[in-house]
Amino acid sequence: MSAADVATAPIARRSSTVGASWRLLRSELRMITGRRRNQAGLLVLASVPVLIAIALKFSQPRHGRGPDFMSAATSNGIFVALTALTIELALFLPLAVATLSGDAIAGEANIGTLRYLLTVPVHRTRLLAIKYVSLVIGGFIGVIVVAATGLLVGGILFGLGPATLLSGNEATLLDALGRLGLTVLYLGLCLAGLAAIGLFISTLTEQPIGAMIAVTVVSTAMWILDGIPQVEWLHPWLLVHYWPAFADLFRDPMFFDQMRQGLLLTAAYVVVFLALAWARFSQKDITS
Amino acid sequence: MTQAAAAVSLSAPLLDADVAIATSALTKRFGAQTAVDGIDLNVPFGAVYGFLGPNGSGKTTTIRMLLGLVHATAGEIAVLGSPVPTQASSVLPRVGSLVEGPAFHPYLSGRANLARLDAADRFADASTSRDRVDGALDRVGLLGAARKKYRAYSLGMRQRLAIAAALLTPRDLLILDEPTNGLDPQGTREVRSLIASLAADGSTVLVSSHLLSEVEQVCSHLGVMRQGSLVAQGTVQEVRSGARSFIEVTTGTPQAAAEVLVGLGLTDVVLTPSGVRATPSEVEPDRIVERLVSAGVGVRGFAVQVPSLEDLFVSLTGEGFDVSR
Repeated sequence: MSAADVATAPIARRSSTVGASWRLLRSELRMITGRRRNQAGLLVLASVPVLIAIALKFSQPRHGRGPDFMSAATSNGIFVALTALTIELALFLPLAVATLSGDAIAGEANIGTLRYLLTVPVHRTRLLAIKYVSLVIGGFIGVIVVAATGLLVGGILFGLGPATLLSGNEATLLDALGRLGLTVLYLGLCLAGLAAIGLFISTLTEQPIGAMIAVTVVSTAMWILDGIPQVEWLHPWLLVHYWPAFADLFRDPMFFDQMRQGLLLTAAYVVVFLALAWARFSQKDITS
Repeated sequence: MTQAAAAVSLSAPLLDADVAIATSALTKRFGAQTAVDGIDLNVPFGAVYGFLGPNGSGKTTTIRMLLGLVHATAGEIAVLGSPVPTQASSVLPRVGSLVEGPAFHPYLSGRANLARLDAADRFADASTSRDRVDGALDRVGLLGAARKKYRAYSLGMRQRLAIAAALLTPRDLLILDEPTNGLDPQGTREVRSLIASLAADGSTVLVSSHLLSEVEQVCSHLGVMRQGSLVAQGTVQEVRSGARSFIEVTTGTPQAAAEVLVGLGLTDVVLTPSGVRATPSEVEPDRIVERLVSAGVGVRGFAVQVPSLEDLFVSLTGEGFDVSR
């Protein structure tokens, strides 16, 4: 746009890209968090640690069964949060990301609001970027809600205190809480990889439910493949393979090898699928 | 990508930059089907341009291309003097649009829906958002229902909300696709007066419709689409003058009258229940009557008729329930 064109514009049009994008992101997050369906989903996520804590409270302790954290859960509330995260990583958290992914582009296309966003105009690349950031934040919210609810309920039922780590040493409460914080950060970043796949799938269709199912199928298929020893060669390339590695944060000293691998693989998935999403979306005819 | 951009900038000067919307040989094919077939739109600044055509004639696809939603298969577009879609980001903020009916989030209120669209506009001032949203709602008579969820809106209210969205900021150009769809006669009148007031404020308006009667009172220009082609375009006067007048003779002996008219060199001579109809030639109407009478034809009535705009529209676009594609 030349200077002459700007002069003929009817009103002053200042453009602060960062400020404007922040405004759209806030609007996006308000919409995600304000939607009843999503609030109900968060309640489901939060109910798992509550159920775990109650079940453990009223059952006989049976050592050596279930996930590593489960046997330790009755000794310290912090392990309720970790047990809940371990369990929800298999389906509930990926489902949450899948649901938000379905809404992101396919959902807007389905009800036609996509054409009005694009004619505002929101540049297609900017829209994708903001949708992706809000998906990542949505994933983080899910992980934080599970961890916080687990910590709260576990703390109430089993108390909080110094925690015995998986390696046998004892960590102070503050130390253990710091490790839980790192866990939340790591798992949030892991889900960002799935969110990139979700965003790409969302650009392929106008059916949000279809996109949601497809993303859930992808994450579930990865879990299944990860459990089949015959395809062990494939395991290092599966996004979910490194998700349980957050347990290494609860060893002394902390063990980062697996998590580093996991984050590198996640970064690769993010790059590939965001590029695919951009290639698809920037050329797409919006006919809905 | 680079090649396409170069092609546009090379050929952009071919388009008249002094008009609000110009397209040259604009074409869109979906697979084997040609939705828009090489049209040259020309919408001057300040015009209220009635974009007419039956359902499925390519109006909406054209509008989607003007707004950068659909990529043209061939041809160029200039909106407000800038090429689209290459410069859509800088042009579209000055364009308000309504495309193929309203679409909003059902579980948000009318006001929240507009606030969301305003938040998406990187040129809109956040501090005046609330006032502008309410101002736009007020302008379409929806302020009373601002807090109601969109899903509870009637079709007419939804249509009004979509128009309000186009009015969130002052616009140089409004592209309104079937803005009166779903409105009752009262609402249709209101939309017409809204269009007139927008034009009076200096905005250029392109309004599409499949009903001539809904827009003809407010339009200064017309473009008529048929099966993907632009079959007529210009000021209302120009389009109307494209309509050929005809002469009508009311007589009891049509056969004899027809022979006289053919003898005078008139064309398209057809018998009607009450007489004969024909396209006039250079022969003066007075002389036609004289010859008819001297040939012994009983002339009960003689008239030179100009078809109504409605008749013209129907003759351009075809009649009946046939979907044009």
